[in-house]
Amino acid sequence: MQGKKKKPYALALIMGILSIASYFVIFSNQEMVTDLSTRSGYFIALPIVAAFYFSFIHGAFSSSILSVLGIEAKKKK
Amino acid sequence: MKKLVVILLAIVLAISFTSSVFAGGAPRGVFNKGIITVFNEQAGTILFTPNDAEEELTLTLDKSVKQDEITIGKRVIVSLDTKDHSRVLNVTRMFIDLNAKNMVFILFVGFVGGLVSGFIGSGGAFVLTPGMMSLGVPAAVAVASNMCHKFPKAMVGAYKRLKYGQVDLKLGLIMGASAIAGVQIGIKVQEFIFNAWGDAGSNLYVSVAFVFILVTVGGYVFRDAMKISKSGGEEKPSKLALAIQKINIPPMIHLKTANVRISVWFTVPVGFATGLMAATIAVGGFVGVPGMMYVIGASSLVASASELVVAFTMGFAGSIKWAMAGLIDIRLTLLILAASLFGVQLGALGTTYVKEHMIKVVMGSIMLIVAVSRGLAIPKYLTDLGLLSLQPATTNILMKASFAIMALALMTGAIIILKNMIKGMRLEKQKEVEVATSHVK
Repeated sequence: MQGKKKKPYALALIMGILSIASYFVIFSNQEMVTDLSTRSGYFIALPIVAAFYFSFIHGAFSSSILSVLGIEAKKKK
Repeated sequence: MKKLVVILLAIVLAISFTSSVFAGGAPRGVFNKGIITVFNEQAGTILFTPNDAEEELTLTLDKSVKQDEITIGKRVIVSLDTKDHSRVLNVTRMFIDLNAKNMVFILFVGFVGGLVSGFIGSGGAFVLTPGMMSLGVPAAVAVASNMCHKFPKAMVGAYKRLKYGQVDLKLGLIMGASAIAGVQIGIKVQEFIFNAWGDAGSNLYVSVAFVFILVTVGGYVFRDAMKISKSGGEEKPSKLALAIQKINIPPMIHLKTANVRISVWFTVPVGFATGLMAATIAVGGFVGVPGMMYVIGASSLVASASELVVAFTMGFAGSIKWAMAGLIDIRLTLLILAASLFGVQLGALGTTYVKEHMIKVVMGSIMLIVAVSRGLAIPKYLTDLGLLSLQPATTNILMKASFAIMALALMTGAIIILKNMIKGMRLEKQKEVEVATSHVK
């Protein structure tokens, strides 16, 4: 019989906490965040870095949540 | 020979990337970002401190600037007269207040846009940008913030579809390189039209391009999808693609996942056209995906998946430019991402549950409905240019209808995707139960 893949509960929890906490930090400091991310010089890296950071953290969270909910790609035969 | 192609590709990618980042690409017109510290109503002037500058400027307000547009102490974008840089034509708050209603709207549109992107390889941008503008976000900030969400979303979508074995990385990267070049030319054309005919001229150009491409390409894609669905659901490469694949102009490349052997020279114009369209109508995929299907001969599954790689390349280069112009509202970007990362993964895995031609059905439907939407906007731009005479009330209704139909296009795509995905998942679950019970017997 095929072994069932373990659901990534731990990953979903950790990434979920990290993602929600990161969003909370951003949205409770909106003025500072918008100010810093539109400055010139080295600050131009900020929005790009932020986009990558959230795509990894939140990407991992959304991926693991979908797996936990059983929503996955069709298995190839 | 293979190593040479890889090295050449890397050089081309690096050159087009670097040149695109450093080429002039600031938004059209003359504008300045900063804070208004004093508003002298009687004199009709403002004291303005630009970002990154210590000196205060005294600017004169044009009569068209309304009092309620003047916000003291908050970051604004001022549009200046191109002939007199001390004359302010328009003032807009740079960063809108994000209340619950705005946030929910952005999350919703982000999710639906992501879902469609993950499935057909593109889309969402054409609703997100006007959607944000309808909340009061300045056009340049809306485009910039949207672009900054596009490349991470495309990256996550491409990664998932790579895992499902659908992405032809080589094809995506080669097209990405020429797409970046296409974007540059597209921007130059836009600038030329803007300088000659202003905002109204630009809008008309974009709308006509939209309608022409969406009706011709979208109509073809939709008809093709209907033909396949009637004939039993098997996709075959087009006659044009098969003919092109036979033409031997070195260097020839073998695209493993697409299962195509073709001259590199034929992939370049497809990528270039994708970039050109991305710069013109903001959706390169409406040309890129059909191009990969009908000119190169990739299946709709591989074309839509590889398009995400092209989208990532263009989006990344574009975002760096916008970051340098200091126009990305990262809050909007991250809000869209919060929902679109769910949507794009759902759309991506949705492609594994549906018949292949369904991608063409969704793409064709969206393109045709958006064509109608853009068509309705054309009378207003003709009126703005003085080529047509319509009452403001009429143009108002037409513009509202145009926006509503555009939203409808996206919703239609999303509903078709979700419906077929759920149907496919249910069938799969049924089969699993049948297999399990047959083993028990």
